[in-house]
Amino acid sequence: MTGATGSWASGQQGESKPVALADWRELERRSRRENVGRAWYKFSRNPLSVAGLAIVLAIVFLAVFAPYVTPYPHHAGPFTDFANAKLPPNPRYLFGTDTIGRDILTRVIFGFQDALLMGIVVLALVVPPGVLLGLIAGYSQGTWIDTVIMRITDIFLAVPPLILALAIASVLKPNLMNSMMAVSLMWWPWYTRLVYGLTSQLRNEYFVKSAETLGASKAHILFREILPNCVSPIFTKMSLDMGWVILIGSSLSFVGLGVQPPKPGLGTMVADGARYLPDQWWIPVFPALGIVVIVLGFNLLGDGLRDLLAAEEV
Amino acid sequence: MTPILEYKELKKYFTVGYRGLVKREPITVKAVDGVSFAIHKGEIFGLVGESGSGKSTVAYTTIGMYRPTSGVIEFHGESLFTKEGKRPRHIKKEIQIVFQDPGSSLNPRRSVKEILELPLSIHQPAKKHIGRVAELLEMVEMPVDYMYKYPHTLSGGEKQIVAIARALATEPSFVILDEPTSALDVSIQGKIINLLLRLRQEFHLSYLFITHDLSLMRNVASRVAIMYLGKICEVAEASEFFRSPKHPYTQMLLSSIPVVSEEEEALKPKRVQSRGEIPSPVDVPSGCSFHLRCPYKMDVCSIVDPQMTDTGDGHLVRCHLYPNHSGDYPGRKQNVI
Amino acid sequence: MDTPPLLEVHDLRVHFKVFGGHLKVLDGVNMVVRAGEKVGLVGESGCGKTTTMKAILRILPEPPAEVVGGQVLFRGKDVLRMRPDELRQLRGRGISMIFQDPTAALNPVFTVGQQLGDVIRYSHGDGRVDARQIQSKALQALKGVALADPERLLHSYPIQLSGGMRQRVCIAMALATQPELLIADEPGTSLDVTIQDQILRLLHNLVVERNTSVILITHTLGVVREVTDRVYVMYAGSIVESAPTKALFANPMFPYTRGLMQSVPRLSGGGVAEGIPGRIPNYLNPPSGCRFHPRCPYAMEICQREKPPVFMVGEEHYVSCYLYAC
Repeated sequence: MTGATGSWASGQQGESKPVALADWRELERRSRRENVGRAWYKFSRNPLSVAGLAIVLAIVFLAVFAPYVTPYPHHAGPFTDFANAKLPPNPRYLFGTDTIGRDILTRVIFGFQDALLMGIVVLALVVPPGVLLGLIAGYSQGTWIDTVIMRITDIFLAVPPLILALAIASVLKPNLMNSMMAVSLMWWPWYTRLVYGLTSQLRNEYFVKSAETLGASKAHILFREILPNCVSPIFTKMSLDMGWVILIGSSLSFVGLGVQPPKPGLGTMVADGARYLPDQWWIPVFPALGIVVIVLGFNLLGDGLRDLLAAEEV
Repeated sequence: MTPILEYKELKKYFTVGYRGLVKREPITVKAVDGVSFAIHKGEIFGLVGESGSGKSTVAYTTIGMYRPTSGVIEFHGESLFTKEGKRPRHIKKEIQIVFQDPGSSLNPRRSVKEILELPLSIHQPAKKHIGRVAELLEMVEMPVDYMYKYPHTLSGGEKQIVAIARALATEPSFVILDEPTSALDVSIQGKIINLLLRLRQEFHLSYLFITHDLSLMRNVASRVAIMYLGKICEVAEASEFFRSPKHPYTQMLLSSIPVVSEEEEALKPKRVQSRGEIPSPVDVPSGCSFHLRCPYKMDVCSIVDPQMTDTGDGHLVRCHLYPNHSGDYPGRKQNVI
Repeated sequence: MDTPPLLEVHDLRVHFKVFGGHLKVLDGVNMVVRAGEKVGLVGESGCGKTTTMKAILRILPEPPAEVVGGQVLFRGKDVLRMRPDELRQLRGRGISMIFQDPTAALNPVFTVGQQLGDVIRYSHGDGRVDARQIQSKALQALKGVALADPERLLHSYPIQLSGGMRQRVCIAMALATQPELLIADEPGTSLDVTIQDQILRLLHNLVVERNTSVILITHTLGVVREVTDRVYVMYAGSIVESAPTKALFANPMFPYTRGLMQSVPRLSGGGVAEGIPGRIPNYLNPPSGCRFHPRCPYAMEICQREKPPVFMVGEEHYVSCYLYAC
């Protein structure tokens, strides 16, 4: 059941008149627009995916424009106001204030900045090498290259992630940068695994064999034939991973190894505020909710992407 | 005159596993087990057989996807397989293939333009290729604006036409067509086949045409060979092959083709009921590999593997029913028909 | 004496909701299958054959598919309006289907015996059949499809069987429930021609033995000619011609049918016909009137305006084409 348009040149519709180069660009643009439209249609069938997208976009917006949208941007830095400390949520301070009088709403929103930064930096560090190793190992399946790469990957995977991150982070100076390094070091193997599986399957496809018989270079085959077919699962994983990385980053902050005060880190805020439960519950709960919302948003978005891209394969 | 492509006792075995935990005897599939024939310039040589016959393996070995276990394939007298392993580029461009399933032979993430540019950019790296891509599309009678389409928006027939254009991009002299229309509807088949025939005329190509559809083969090939479990059973000029098939397997196959008219029904050999399953190429029966299914089986058939015999005019059969063997292999002394 | 037909499909219309609108796939399908009749359904890929069968069994994915009109009467009752329990009775015991790819139709992690056993158990309603009875019925079913060594097969996994054997297992499963109507979707297309021949012969014998009706879906005309009593030719979502098999092959009327017949390469030689120009229509915006008119060499003005009614051109030979307006 095809919905395709067009017909043979020798048929009645669509004569083959010479088309100028500019027109070809226009055609490319038009077909891309149509693909995007079709993708959006499929994606929007699922309200949860749309919700996920909305949440993520909202968080990104807030994080980027934090200094302009928060009521008390200066509360994100060194600031004290003991007169207004430990106030419950009220019209002036929507999430209440913490132990030294800083507005929690403002600090949570600023906390999004570091959370997103962590996610982006870790993924940026992890995805390129992970994917590259997976491509090489998958394409060389059965040879020593495959064995070496995959065994190294297995070693990294065998260590419990949080333990490794903690170990590394505690050896180095505790700050955001180093905790990102620690998380990156144990995150890359997942991408290698994913791409390894995809590549070992794809290399038996006829279009890859065709490129081989035509004499294409290995680089071309890996990056131009195989990689474009891996992009969907990689993006899906990246989206889901954002949530996880942020969660791990918050966990590290929670134990004091991540963002350091007075900068607002969601995990740090939860840790510091935990002892004020249940009376001044707003101090840890709102930052915790912030973490939940970020992770939820990225998970829903990732699920939506997975459904969208999986259906396309059929 | 040297044939364009010559196969001399080609064998390709695959090890698919091991038997036993301790002794570890390899389980071998004898996909191609001693195949010899020659194809002449301008010829359409047809190769017929069922699954497990080895016809696709012959194709893939010719194109370079596999290295032969033993035996030679010669292109214009020069062996295709050198000691170093890599086929020289100038030969790669001469021999091309069109695969069976158009759905998977085109990368779904690349546009038609990118797909057609690949062979051009490999053999002529520096130039801009858009002109030649447009030329190729015109050559296969496809609207030039299809360049920016992706395979999933094309029909099966259109995909296969792109695959043909891709095969011809390097201006080869020999093209292997592995079941080019099997995945397509009969109403599109004609267009593709006639396109292939026209292109052959125009560019003086030679084809190795592989299919299981005997009625199609009848109308396409100039000479036909039939394979069973890795060996050739019979080779003959096309009309002779269909008019008087000699090998029992050929007769069995021809008698089971579904045809659409009474006149064709009359042309089929007497019905030979197929018995049993097609044996797996792992467990090849002894002697003549067909003896388990053969209605004319004699005692010698289960012991001795028959040799290829010329029954006159280049019609070769490998069967104990035709015992005088001349020891030569099909195609050597053939005239192009 | 005229018993009502086993299956009647009246004006079946099915749409699919997709990006860009609705795919108006089935545009009024009409079919009749009588008890013991072997009917062929012919048409190129994308014409709606499988969609029709899935609609009959109600196994279409309901969004995006939507049945927008028509009736499917099985033994007089409308399948489209059946309750879930009636449907369950229908599937398996009334109508059974053999799918195109036997490998995909069999669950790789269960043995043949387990799968066959499940089918037999469900066909008896409440699983009141004991294990020994199921075993013996399963063995019977396997013997019925001419499978050698059925005892060993019961314990085998699908992956250990060849394509032909798997297809035969699927046939055994489909027939184990003793259906009145068997729908076979391109059986043997993925198999070799000698094995396909065996399978079709087998189907023929089984059907004759049990007086089962069959709908054989295929795009291979030669198979239809050998196996069926009656043929329905489908194009772009409706039946364009129907006739007894001999009559259809002797005298194809609809231009598309003629085109198809001509496209088949002949054993007698003569080259390969060019086939039918154009391609199947875009179901988002199908052609008005007769959906074949853009590709028809005999198209007239009226063909574009209105969909042709059905005309009778011979004994039981019907065509939906203005060329035959009387």
